[in-house]
Amino acid sequence: MPASMNVIDIEALSLTFETGDGPVQALSNIDLKIAKGDFVSFIGPSGCGKTTLLRVIADLEQPTGGSISVNGTTPELARLDRAYGYVFQAPALYPWRTIARNVALPLEIMGLTRAQQDERIARNLALVNLTGFEKKYPWQLSGGMQQRASIARALAVEPDLLLMDEPFGALDEIVRDHLNEQLLQLWAKTKKTVVFVTHSIPEAVYLSTKIVVMSPRPGRIHDIVESDLPRGPRPLDIRETPEFLKLAQRVRDGLRAGHSYDD
Amino acid sequence: MTQPSFFRHSVVPVLTVIAVIVAFWYVAALFMNHSTVVAEAQLKGLAFTPSATWYRSWALDKPLLPAPHQVIAELWKSTAGLSVTSKRSLVYHGWVTLSATLLGFLLGTLLGILLAIGIVHQKVMDKSLMPWIIASQTVPILAVAPMLIVVLNAIGISGLLPKALISTYLSFFPVVVGMVKGLRSPETIHLDLMRTYNADDLQVFTKLRWPASVPYLFASLKVGIAISLIGAIVGELPTGAAAGLGARLLSGSYYGQTIQIWAALFAAAFLAGILVLVVGWSESLVMRLMGARPERRAA
Repeated sequence: MPASMNVIDIEALSLTFETGDGPVQALSNIDLKIAKGDFVSFIGPSGCGKTTLLRVIADLEQPTGGSISVNGTTPELARLDRAYGYVFQAPALYPWRTIARNVALPLEIMGLTRAQQDERIARNLALVNLTGFEKKYPWQLSGGMQQRASIARALAVEPDLLLMDEPFGALDEIVRDHLNEQLLQLWAKTKKTVVFVTHSIPEAVYLSTKIVVMSPRPGRIHDIVESDLPRGPRPLDIRETPEFLKLAQRVRDGLRAGHSYDD
Repeated sequence: MTQPSFFRHSVVPVLTVIAVIVAFWYVAALFMNHSTVVAEAQLKGLAFTPSATWYRSWALDKPLLPAPHQVIAELWKSTAGLSVTSKRSLVYHGWVTLSATLLGFLLGTLLGILLAIGIVHQKVMDKSLMPWIIASQTVPILAVAPMLIVVLNAIGISGLLPKALISTYLSFFPVVVGMVKGLRSPETIHLDLMRTYNADDLQVFTKLRWPASVPYLFASLKVGIAISLIGAIVGELPTGAAAGLGARLLSGSYYGQTIQIWAALFAAAFLAGILVLVVGWSESLVMRLMGARPERRAA
């Protein structure tokens, strides 16, 4: 049994949507390997297929060609096995549930006992610094706190893999900086594999061990940039260092060469 | 602080509207009953002064349009003035109609919810049932009610149930329409979330679709309870029922008792208002228990 070292293994993957205006190639010839413990960002302009690729990994979209394995099995089996936690662009909290009950949602579905649920709720809310907000309803929390609650909900499943689709895209830059820093600490603490979709160059470079630069029409991988910044928690002012700026420059060049700035 | 603003924003406008309606009503009664008063005077060989004509047209036994104080006096006499078991008590008749209304409303709500659940989960039901459900409401209820009651009587079902079934026939419709919309109201992102948890259909229903549909349910229930009452009254008309607000309306019109008709009408309107209020109160209670953000009242 050849145990794959890679959490995600994608080869020659393509996805074509059938639309009213004829077929649209959303993903073309994607090759990508993501190793355990990596923090990988997909970056690119709108329409480059970065969210679609994440949804393929999550078995929310089906590819039309090529092969993909998640945790050494198909994305569908990985999903049925609840192998990943997914964080959406919006917090997607259920408004009729308190923060604690929102975090409990996947645990109820998994059939955990009340005691097991309570333990995981307390631990994961503590991880995202939301202890004390258990009984609040989503509307009583700020946007950043809501998104942190949704991260706690994804972590409560205790997956090894975290899929995040522009989770901080709707937040202001101050909150976003703060959450980026917290996310890196969390990642270092939990040793999870993270796949992160963003359209912000500083965010991608700051967070990632590997940056996948994508370009549109058809959606494809233009460049894969391995980061030489230290792994683990990074101070925010690492963004002023020459190493950081060099990486950011390479990502920007990649986006430009991929005709991302055409229109 | 809140007392005067409540007074200024709620009590004053309501009272103003009522005052205008009552004034208009008295004037209308004056004109409507004028010829009756003149005929009466001629019959008795009397000559009324204008002011006597006015007073007389607000005090006839069988006026075309009773004056407000006559209706209120009749309402008072037939509720507070009589034992509730009396056949002339509006409380007694109101209760007969109310029990049919509530039974029909309950059945209609259950039927509506079950149909909506089927329609949302089965494409076949959506395609096959929805046109019939809409068609059912295009048939005039006044035409259906006598047939339904005759048919049910023939198979030995009589009394409360036939009337309740007419209420059901009317009230299931807004519930189906509202609940189909409500059960389909969860956003894609909320449904995707359930998919990532590998949740089954029952879990998606109980944890997402059902709670998301609650506001839609209450909107439907408010319409449903009001037309349930209409259904129960309509159900009392064609059979010559001995009891109920509908029977009161009918006997009033047989004997030209216009004051009695108006009193029964007001009792029905009052009952409908109370029922809608009760549904509204349960709505705010349930929404508060579900953690809804309190509504801000405009200052």
